[in-house]
Amino acid sequence: MSPSIASRKRALFCAVPIGVVLFFLPLVIAPYQVTLLAYGLIFAIAALGFNLLLGYTGLLSFGHSAYFGMGAYAVAFVVKYLNITSMEVFLLGGTLASATIAALFGFLCVRYTRIFFGILTMALSQVLWSLAFKFYWFTGGSDGLRVPTPSLLGVAIPEGQDKMIFLAHRYYYYVLVIFLVGVAVMWIIVHSPFGKTLQAIRDNETRAEFVGVQVWRYRWIAFVVSGIYTGLAGTLWVPLNGLTTPDILHWTFSGKIVFFTVLGGFQTFVGPIIGGVVYNYLETYAVGYTVYWQMVLGVVLVLLVLILPAGIAGTAGRLVPKLRRAA
Amino acid sequence: MILLETKSLAKCFGDMQAVNHVNFSVAQGELLALIGSNGAGKTTLVNLISGLIHPDSGTILFQGADVTATSVHDRIRAGIARSFQLVTVFDQLGALDNVELAIFSRDAKTRRLFSLASSDQAVRDEAYEVLREFGLEDKASQAAGGLSQGERKLLDVAVAYALRPKLLFLDEPTSGVSTREKAPIMDIITSIVRSGKITAVVIEHDMDIVFRYSDRIVVMHEGAILADGTPDEIRRNEQVTTTLIGTSAPDDSGMESHA
Amino acid sequence: MGHVRAVDDLLVHLLNALLYASVLFLIAGGLSLIYGVMRIVNLAHGNLYAVGAYATAWAVGRALGSGQPSLTLYLLLPVGAITAAALGAILEPTLLRPLYKRAEEYQLLITFGLLLILEDLLRLIFGPYPLSASGLYETVGSLSIGDSVYPGYNLVVVVVGGIAAAALWALIYKTKFGVILRATSQDMRMASALGVNVNRVYMQAFTLGCFMAGLGGAIIVPEQGAVLGMGVDALILAFVVVVIGGLGSLEGALLGALMVGIVREFGIAFFPEVELAILYFMAAVVLLIRPAGLLGRPV
Repeated sequence: MSPSIASRKRALFCAVPIGVVLFFLPLVIAPYQVTLLAYGLIFAIAALGFNLLLGYTGLLSFGHSAYFGMGAYAVAFVVKYLNITSMEVFLLGGTLASATIAALFGFLCVRYTRIFFGILTMALSQVLWSLAFKFYWFTGGSDGLRVPTPSLLGVAIPEGQDKMIFLAHRYYYYVLVIFLVGVAVMWIIVHSPFGKTLQAIRDNETRAEFVGVQVWRYRWIAFVVSGIYTGLAGTLWVPLNGLTTPDILHWTFSGKIVFFTVLGGFQTFVGPIIGGVVYNYLETYAVGYTVYWQMVLGVVLVLLVLILPAGIAGTAGRLVPKLRRAA
Repeated sequence: MILLETKSLAKCFGDMQAVNHVNFSVAQGELLALIGSNGAGKTTLVNLISGLIHPDSGTILFQGADVTATSVHDRIRAGIARSFQLVTVFDQLGALDNVELAIFSRDAKTRRLFSLASSDQAVRDEAYEVLREFGLEDKASQAAGGLSQGERKLLDVAVAYALRPKLLFLDEPTSGVSTREKAPIMDIITSIVRSGKITAVVIEHDMDIVFRYSDRIVVMHEGAILADGTPDEIRRNEQVTTTLIGTSAPDDSGMESHA
Repeated sequence: MGHVRAVDDLLVHLLNALLYASVLFLIAGGLSLIYGVMRIVNLAHGNLYAVGAYATAWAVGRALGSGQPSLTLYLLLPVGAITAAALGAILEPTLLRPLYKRAEEYQLLITFGLLLILEDLLRLIFGPYPLSASGLYETVGSLSIGDSVYPGYNLVVVVVGGIAAAALWALIYKTKFGVILRATSQDMRMASALGVNVNRVYMQAFTLGCFMAGLGGAIIVPEQGAVLGMGVDALILAFVVVVIGGLGSLEGALLGALMVGIVREFGIAFFPEVELAILYFMAAVVLLIRPAGLLGRPV
């Protein structure tokens, strides 16, 4: 995955048109669709963070709901206990909260790999979930906490404006900009010396050790960065959703993050982005069809692992050269 | 000048004494071959010195300093590097990336998150230089996992070499490699040692290679050093030839090895 | 007077702790056995415990409904264990075997998918409401400990747990099958080279592990019923047990189960607010000082 000047150009070549499309979409599609897309971009940010650990460092976490949830709950606490509704303060609080928890949990987890790592991350996020219930006077318990629409860059929602319009325009663009910046920063990170080190650790931990890399330290940093991204997603999610509940701390939500990253393809950079967006649409439309939605997810995951481990992006990536040859 | 010295180094695995109070030393600038039958303790000795495992007793002195209790990281920083018997390179990264990583690590640049690896021209140039020394420069952008076995072995050594260590341990650098690829590997290693850049200890089973390339040979048997001397001395040492090689010793004409 | 009362209370708490430990041992022991032999952690293991619980509750309900004499209901307890074992025997060759040669992450992913499937499958088959087998619970009567009345069924659970531990120990250390299991778990390649049919051993080990989980569910269901979500709750607790006791070690599973059982029971009795936190804290401490678990082999 080493980018020469040519592949950097190729990356921009793909990214710019998509960015342009994303900018102009709200002008042509219904507000509800725009908010759906906003949710998709938010999931994409979460997946991007998650995949820094999975695809690039080789660590499969089943507890990322903890960071998403911390980001979301931090926002709710800022509203409830500090009486502030500025999106910038939300972002600051959410990032700090998720970074702190990721630093702590990461410290406990990165000494282990593979199976133990997965177990630990799952257990730790469940601890957080049960705390959200136990301390219900603080966290709102199973009812959760409401979050009103925040002011963006100091400008609050105008008096009397329909909330949906606000979300579909100003809030969407806010999310979009953060999304694009996030993607760019993550792209740089994975192609930086640090990113290469992570990939080396993923490929061969012992050899990395013998090249002078202090493996657990790098895993820990990756864990924290990953937690920050997923926490950022949680922070962006809650004003859109209006409400945060313990559900997003539950292991089933961690599972969703795993699922849509694997769906999109965890071996590529764009796979998680695609997975996050696609999954959002899948969930929104299919949830209406069956109450056994979890089983559908499970079956798709099993099939993905057995047949299409490269996910959407990986498989498409392999098909494209074949199509070109056939043409 | 003695670069590395072990004093009464010992390691047991359960009932088996893998390394039995060994006093081993390496002089600066030499190419030392470490030979012995399977299970003699060669790899264990290298594992102990490089820091992969810790000894039960004894000390390891590197450049006069006691490194026995230090971590792998510290030993790399001090100047000890190694390659592995079962080839270990970073399969999903390109050959150039592999070498660059060693250089980034050596120069403590691996913490950089927000700059592109490819923008560091100095590192890139040096990595190309190393690949050129090892004859791998046209494989630079190929993924390490896709190279031939001989190329992967060379890359493994190149990565260790890129750390610019003072002492380099090579665990069977020509094993599993086709016969015609063996000599080039050893030629490269010899030239690096001769040019004064590093000191090398090579674990080898191919006696032909051992007698042709090494300055000094250390023979291990059942966890202890059996003999230590120049190739000629070892060749004349009857105990060694009967223990290891059978009744006939290899000569300069390049006889097939029996090991 | 108060002194005697305290002893009675202590005895009741101890029995409760043993009850809990018995079930935990079965679940965690199954998990550990599978990991010890196959190096696989089945994230759906808790769901097999749930399958055992649901299957038994359903069978007991049907039998009671058609008026069977209560004691024959005991014969139905194995239904849960056997159902779980059968499920395991089907799952191993279909879902797990294709992945042995691939990276461990895939195994976690597929068993996670299985977890999702089983959770909803149980809801699909048995409905969203809890199933109970309390009819069985009542048939054993109770015995008096001091002033309190203690359910006799709980003692049955403890006894079954003890028998299971002993039987398992005998199986692993005293039978030829046990030797093969241990050989395969120590060095799969060597065992294979010596003629052991590793695939068959894997399937047997997996089935046995699922049998244990199912048995755990089966014996506890008369006491607490089968509810959705019990699988994952059990999984998390089983993980705590193996973290403390050591993954891959049956003795560790026993020790861990006992410790968790005691801490939980006395925690609920005296510090209900933080009972769960104490457990997690204990696990965290063990992880920090002895990462392999108290009786586990180094990771």
